[in-house]
Amino acid sequence: MSTRHILLGLLASGPSHGYDLKRRHDERFPQARPLAYGQVYTTLQRLVRDGLAEVDGTEAESGPERTMYRSTDEGARELAKWAGEIAPPAPFVTNEIFAKLVVSILADGDPAAYLRAQRAAHMARMRELTALKTTPGSDLATVLSADYALNHLDADLRWMNTTAARLNTLTAEVDAA
Amino acid sequence: MSDISNKETTVPLLAARGLVKEHGRTRALRGVSLELGAGEILAVTGASGSGKSTLLHCLAGIVRPDEGSVAYAGKRLDQLPEKQLSELRRTDFGVVFQFGQLIPELTAVDNVALPLLLAGTPRLQARARAGEWLERFGVRGQEEQRPGEMSGGQAQRVSLARALVTGPKVVFADEPTGALDSLASEQVMAALVHTARESGTAVLLITHDAQIAAYADREVTLKDGVVVSEADASAGSLEVSR
Repeated sequence: MSTRHILLGLLASGPSHGYDLKRRHDERFPQARPLAYGQVYTTLQRLVRDGLAEVDGTEAESGPERTMYRSTDEGARELAKWAGEIAPPAPFVTNEIFAKLVVSILADGDPAAYLRAQRAAHMARMRELTALKTTPGSDLATVLSADYALNHLDADLRWMNTTAARLNTLTAEVDAA
Repeated sequence: MSDISNKETTVPLLAARGLVKEHGRTRALRGVSLELGAGEILAVTGASGSGKSTLLHCLAGIVRPDEGSVAYAGKRLDQLPEKQLSELRRTDFGVVFQFGQLIPELTAVDNVALPLLLAGTPRLQARARAGEWLERFGVRGQEEQRPGEMSGGQAQRVSLARALVTGPKVVFADEPTGALDSLASEQVMAALVHTARESGTAVLLITHDAQIAAYADREVTLKDGVVVSEADASAGSLEVSR
């Protein structure tokens, strides 16, 4: 996840200050981890250092004075380049569920019980997300992020189901030997 | 979301105990017990051949189990004479299948009005009520179209309107979105869940799709004719690592 490119994207619609960028980020990515203010300001300073953004005066509308930032031409070019780049499709298979399952098999644990419990937790989260996206008046960002999470959880579930079936077959073979 | 916190203290609307059903030499159900509360939405999941559809047929009184009991509002469905059973199915149950099974020669409004006409409602009144239900399911404007002239999603919403038009206490839905793409599935499920919650109708939803099961309050999973797991939303929200 590239915070600098997301901030450049938010700056594409016009100059903004750190507080507003943080608020708009959390609105546009409603199911994401909220951005910390510190991270917003650090990233903005780096964008300025690298010539991708610049300070555009200050604003003090009924509150503390805030530094405004805007994207530079170079920032716009960098943003277009990043947005068009293909994200590497799963270059490494690293996932906590997968790791726990492998470790459970290695350590002679109970991988089937773990899969059942994990499946129940996935389903509970899927129910939450489904309720969220079907709440009347849900905004598009919420629906899109819930769809994204639901499809990934569903993929995990299908992998867990296949794995549970493989474990059954493996256990039967070991028992028959 | 329905209140499931007190489900243990209330009498279930539908309760099955130790259901066994054989098709020839295949034992489709091998002692299934489950309960459905009033207004509850329950998903029954499992792989193909796990016994889901046979279970639905037993619960809806379409077939009788070889062993075990099905109680609906205190009545033993498995012991009810055929005439009373079919009367009960007509008044209290609605059924939706994967392919809506609408009558191809009838228009949408006439398909939805049909259960009302069979129950003796005058034609004009039946068509007016059917029109209202089509509107609730977002298919207003398609009243005079025949099933072949509608998209799969529209036809399935007409089937749902037909299943709910008589004000049933339970809707049995067997893979209601099985033939639809993901967006049409979402529209059908959202319409079903919204209407069921609004009218307090219980839904028994058969599906092999986790994203469809996630619309339910609770999930029961079948494998080889037995219940292998139950999970519900009463565990509360999960701690999601941030």
